[in-house]
Amino acid sequence: MGKMNSTGRETQIASSAGPAGLPDGLDAAGVVEMYRTMILSRMLDERVWLMNRQGKAAIVASAQGHEAAQVASVRALDPSRDHFLIYYRQFTAMLALGVTPLELLCGFLAKSGEPMSEARQFPLHGSHPRVDLFSFSNVVGTQLPQAVGVALADRLRGDQGRVTIVYFGDGAASQGDCHEAMNFAGIHRLPVLFFCENNGYATSVPLQRQMAVESVAVRAAGYGFPGVSVDGRDMFAVYQATKDAADSIRAEGGPVLVEAKVDRLLPHTTDDDHTLYRSPDDIGQMRGRDPIDVTSRALRERRLMDEDGDKSIRQEARRLVIEATDRAEALPYPDAEAMYRHLYAE
Amino acid sequence: MATMNVLEAVRDAMRLEMRRDPNVFILGEDVGARGGVFLATNGFVAEFGEQRVIDTPLAESSIVGIALGAAVSGMRPIAEIQFGDFIWPAINQLVGEAARARYGTAGQRNASMVVRVPHGGGVRGGLYHSQSVEALLAHTPGLKVVAPSTPYDAKGLLISAIRDDDPVVFLEHKRTYRLVRGEAPEGYYTEPIGRAEIKRRGEDLTVITYGLMLHYTLQAAEQVSESEGIEAEVIDLRTLRPLDVDTVIESVRRTSKALIVQEDTPVASIGSEVAAVIADRAFFDLDGPVRRVTPPDFPPMPYSPLQEAEYMPSPNKISYAIRQLIDL
Repeated sequence: MGKMNSTGRETQIASSAGPAGLPDGLDAAGVVEMYRTMILSRMLDERVWLMNRQGKAAIVASAQGHEAAQVASVRALDPSRDHFLIYYRQFTAMLALGVTPLELLCGFLAKSGEPMSEARQFPLHGSHPRVDLFSFSNVVGTQLPQAVGVALADRLRGDQGRVTIVYFGDGAASQGDCHEAMNFAGIHRLPVLFFCENNGYATSVPLQRQMAVESVAVRAAGYGFPGVSVDGRDMFAVYQATKDAADSIRAEGGPVLVEAKVDRLLPHTTDDDHTLYRSPDDIGQMRGRDPIDVTSRALRERRLMDEDGDKSIRQEARRLVIEATDRAEALPYPDAEAMYRHLYAE
Repeated sequence: MATMNVLEAVRDAMRLEMRRDPNVFILGEDVGARGGVFLATNGFVAEFGEQRVIDTPLAESSIVGIALGAAVSGMRPIAEIQFGDFIWPAINQLVGEAARARYGTAGQRNASMVVRVPHGGGVRGGLYHSQSVEALLAHTPGLKVVAPSTPYDAKGLLISAIRDDDPVVFLEHKRTYRLVRGEAPEGYYTEPIGRAEIKRRGEDLTVITYGLMLHYTLQAAEQVSESEGIEAEVIDLRTLRPLDVDTVIESVRRTSKALIVQEDTPVASIGSEVAAVIADRAFFDLDGPVRRVTPPDFPPMPYSPLQEAEYMPSPNKISYAIRQLIDL
C-alpha cells in the first residue's frame, strides 16, 4: 500500500496489536495507516479553514466528518488499476490516494506547482498526473455520467477487472445526471461503483427536503442493481461494504451503489454559516460522533494502537502540515500569462 | 470522385473512421437497429456490432457526459444528438464540462469527441425540430464548431473532427442531407477545421454565410449576376469556431461591401461576430454598412407553411438584400 502512505513515515503501533476481527484484506498496519491519513486530513483541513480566515485560502469545502468514509472506500479499492472520480469535498480520499499535503495546499492557496489544474480551478479540481483521478466541475452530479463513460471505455477496450468509483453527495443525487448515469450503467451492467457521501445537507437544505425516501441507496433498485447504506463514521463498515461492492463489480456483477451516512461537521464551505439552519443540539450531537474520535476509540479498543501511538500520529501529522504550509506559502503564484495555455491541444 | 449527398458523406466519414480506429464508437438515440432517424448510421450495427454502435435512452445530458468520460479515457466517441432542438438538456455537459476538460486540467485530458447535431429549418419542423443552435456553442471557448454545407466538406471535415483531440460540435443541416449532392473522393481525405472557403468569386460585394444558406446565397448570386451583372463573392465559413477571420477580411478589403446571411436569429449570433470583426479590421475599406439577412427575431420557427416561409431567409430575400447594398 505504498500509494496510500501519504506521510511517508512509519509510526509505532502498539506491540499487542493483532488482526482483532478485522475485515478480510485489512491488517493492523493498514488500519493504523488509514487512521494516520484521517488525522493528517483533519489537521490539514483545520489549517486551510484557518488560512481562509487569514485571507490566504479563498475557498474551502471541508471534509471534516467524512474522513472515515473516504479513507475506507479508497482502501477497499485498488488505486493501481481503478479509476477515481472525486468531488470537491474529497480531501481525505485524495491523501489516501497519494496526493501530498503540499499539493493540496497549493490548490487552496492557488500556488505555482499545483498539479491538477495549475491552480486555474478551485482546490481539488482537475486531473492528477500521478493518480488516476479527475474532477472537472463544481456543478454537482456532472461526474456521474462521466464516470459511466470511463467504465464504458474499459468495456470497449476489453479491459476487465477495473472499477470506476464515482463519489458524490446527497445534493448531487437530486440531479438528472445522477439518474441518467445510474440508468445507463444499470442497462449495460458497467463496472461502476457509485459512492454517495450522504451528509444530510445540500448546503442548507436537509435530506427530507431533498428526497421523499430515507436513503439514496434504495434508489438503486430502480436501476436494477444493489444499493447498500452504511454508517460512514465506521471505517470498518465502509471498508467492508465497499470491498464487497468492488468484488462484485470485478466479477462482472454490474454496478453497485454504496451510501455512507456521514456528518458534515462544518458549514458547506467557508462562505457558509450553518448556525442559520442547524440547531445547537443537532450540531452538538454530530460533534459527539466525530469519526476521528470513533476511529481512535475503535483502534484503541481493538488494541491496534495505544494512547502514545495516537499521540505520535497527531504529532507527526502536525509536523507535516506545518512543513507543507511553510513550503506552500513560500511558493509564487503562477504567472498571469500562463492562463493562455491549454485551451486547445498544443 | 463519387457523387453523394450530405447524408451519405457523413455516413461514409464515420464508416471509414470506425474501420480505421477501434477507439471510435457511436452513441445516441436510435443509432443502432434503426440506423439513426436520418439513417446516418444505417448498416453500422451489422458491420461494427452493438458494442460500438450504442442505442441510448432518451437522455441527452448523459449521451454527452458519457462520451466525455470515454473521451478523456482515450476513446474517440461520436455522440449523436438526434435533433439540434434536443441539445439543451446536454448543454452543461458540453459547454460546462467538455469545453473545459483540457483547460481545467491544464492540458492533462483530451476531450477527443464529436457531437453530431442535425439541425436547421425549412423542413416543416416547427418550434422543436427546426432550431439553429450554433450561437451559444460558437460562443464557448474550448469547443470547435463545424457547419459544412457540401458533401465534400461534410466528409472531409467530419474525418478531421473525429481525429481532433478537442471537442467538436458538428452541425449538419437537415435540409442539405438529401437535397445537396456533389462530388467527394471515395477514400480517406481531410479538410482542415478552421478554414473558410470562397465558393464563388466576385468583385462587387462579399457575402459571408454557412450551412443551408450557402446554397440559397449561391442561387441569389446567380440571380443578380444574370439580371444586373452584380458579381458577388460568396464565402462559406464552414467552421464557426475558430472563425477564419483572414479569409473574410481579405475578401471584404477587395470588394468593400459585406453582407452576412444566416438562418439563425440575429441577436448575439455568428453574424454579429463577423460584423464586429469586419468593423474592427476592415473599417476603412468599407464603402457601405455591413448588412445581415436573418430571420426575424422570433423563436424558430412556425410549423404552418406560410409562416415558415415568412421566417426562413430565401434566395429572393438574399438577392433583394444584395441589390439594396449595391444601390446604396
